[in-house]
Amino acid sequence: MSLAILTYILGGLTFGSALMVVLAPHPVRSVLYLILTFFFISGNYILLNAQFVAVVNIIVYAGAIMVLFLFVLMLLNLSKENEPKTKNVAKFAAVVASGILAVVLIAATKDTMILQSGYQTSDNAQGLVEGLGQLLFTKYVLPFEISSVLFLSAMVGAVLLAKREKQITNEL
Amino acid sequence: MDTGLIIEKSLLVLAVFGITLLIATYLTYFERKVAAWLQDRIGPDRAGPFGILQPLADAGKMFFKEDFIPRNADKWLFILGPGIAMFTALMTGAVIPWGPNIEAFGRSISLQIADINIGILFIMGVLSIGVYGIMIGGWASNNKYSLFGAIRASSQMISYELAMGISVITIVMMTGSLSLRDIVDGQHGSFGMGWNVFYQPVCFLVFFITALAETNRAPFDLPECESELIGGYHTEYGSMKLGFFLFAEYINMFISSAVIAALFFGGYNFPGMDAFSGNTLAILGTLAFFGKIVFFIFVFMWIRWTLPRFRFDQLMHLGWKSLIPISLINLLITGLVIAFNEGWF
Repeated sequence: MSLAILTYILGGLTFGSALMVVLAPHPVRSVLYLILTFFFISGNYILLNAQFVAVVNIIVYAGAIMVLFLFVLMLLNLSKENEPKTKNVAKFAAVVASGILAVVLIAATKDTMILQSGYQTSDNAQGLVEGLGQLLFTKYVLPFEISSVLFLSAMVGAVLLAKREKQITNEL
Repeated sequence: MDTGLIIEKSLLVLAVFGITLLIATYLTYFERKVAAWLQDRIGPDRAGPFGILQPLADAGKMFFKEDFIPRNADKWLFILGPGIAMFTALMTGAVIPWGPNIEAFGRSISLQIADINIGILFIMGVLSIGVYGIMIGGWASNNKYSLFGAIRASSQMISYELAMGISVITIVMMTGSLSLRDIVDGQHGSFGMGWNVFYQPVCFLVFFITALAETNRAPFDLPECESELIGGYHTEYGSMKLGFFLFAEYINMFISSAVIAALFFGGYNFPGMDAFSGNTLAILGTLAFFGKIVFFIFVFMWIRWTLPRFRFDQLMHLGWKSLIPISLINLLITGLVIAFNEGWF
């Protein structure tokens, strides 16, 4: 079936570009691969008939957050020569932490079963705007509102940090 | 999938692609003529009658220039930059409803390539990735001026996308749909004049200003500000790669005029449209839509040759401290009015 083949191709591309994020030699290229990964993830959402989620994923992640990432990386202008030296302890800690994460991920996914082969696309209106809106404002209204409060607190925190720096310079 | 649909959609894709490129080509001529008219000059008049062949001459010049890549540039990203700019500029035409349905060959042909139910979000998404062309091109040039241009472009885009998004949400609230066709059909009103601009003038103003900023047009053309940054992000570019960047700007201008006309000026609705039906209506509606687009393109040019460029702090001030609060208040008032009309109070 063509849809199943498409699923495998898209999955492979997603995986490959995600791998290239880690393997790319230059940080700017890593970010570009990450953007590509977001596009492939959106493709997976579209296969699941979740067009709204797919487009929002592109607008928010690929279009806004990644632009800021790229912005910062371009300003830093990192390269092999002026890469900050990391201590061996830090490298060791990073290896241990990512190893533990890998164990958790494997433990979480080892007992999963494939309930049905391929994607189920027919009359799945959950990812469309109406279905998602209904769910967000009825069943999941509390987590939805709490996450918005979380965003607000993050914004207030950012404003506070920026303000404090200004006050210090004024005193000097 | 029936064959008729595939043929119909392929032809429509080709037509939209061709018309977009043709209009963008002649916009370069139109811009120079408008500039000349506003500055009391004659403008290009050598190539052909009234200089009508000028765009062809320009394109020929661009093609035959040496395709040069600076030695310290990141080669592949340098090539990718203009490609992305052009690609994203051409993609938005797919969801714009160009006219009412045409009846031909015993079937009703929709003059819209894809009526996806999230049409307006698709446009916002493509717009938000459009900045990558400028950013990647500017960074890959390995030139300080280009980098400045790229950074300015990205910060400007991010700042103005917010206000644009909020004003789009206001229109979506008015219509209750994210599909562009539904938004256009919802503006039919009593005799084709139920345009959103009469209900949402503030929203239109905010959207128009942000559209100017998103297309990098003066007075928001800081990414390519020639008096400070030589040429901004395309300083190192030449030949057709530069042509792609410049061309993408004109396509963006055409598409944003189309979106403004569709969201606020009724799209293919025109006063007295109820007197017509069938194919006559479709042709007249499409003509009306293109008339509105040409008018907004003219306004874009008029503004470019009238207003001086903003300073960068003024740009940020306008975006964050004026446009976003105004559009938020407008959104709140619209919500309250809609709730009142639904009988909530």
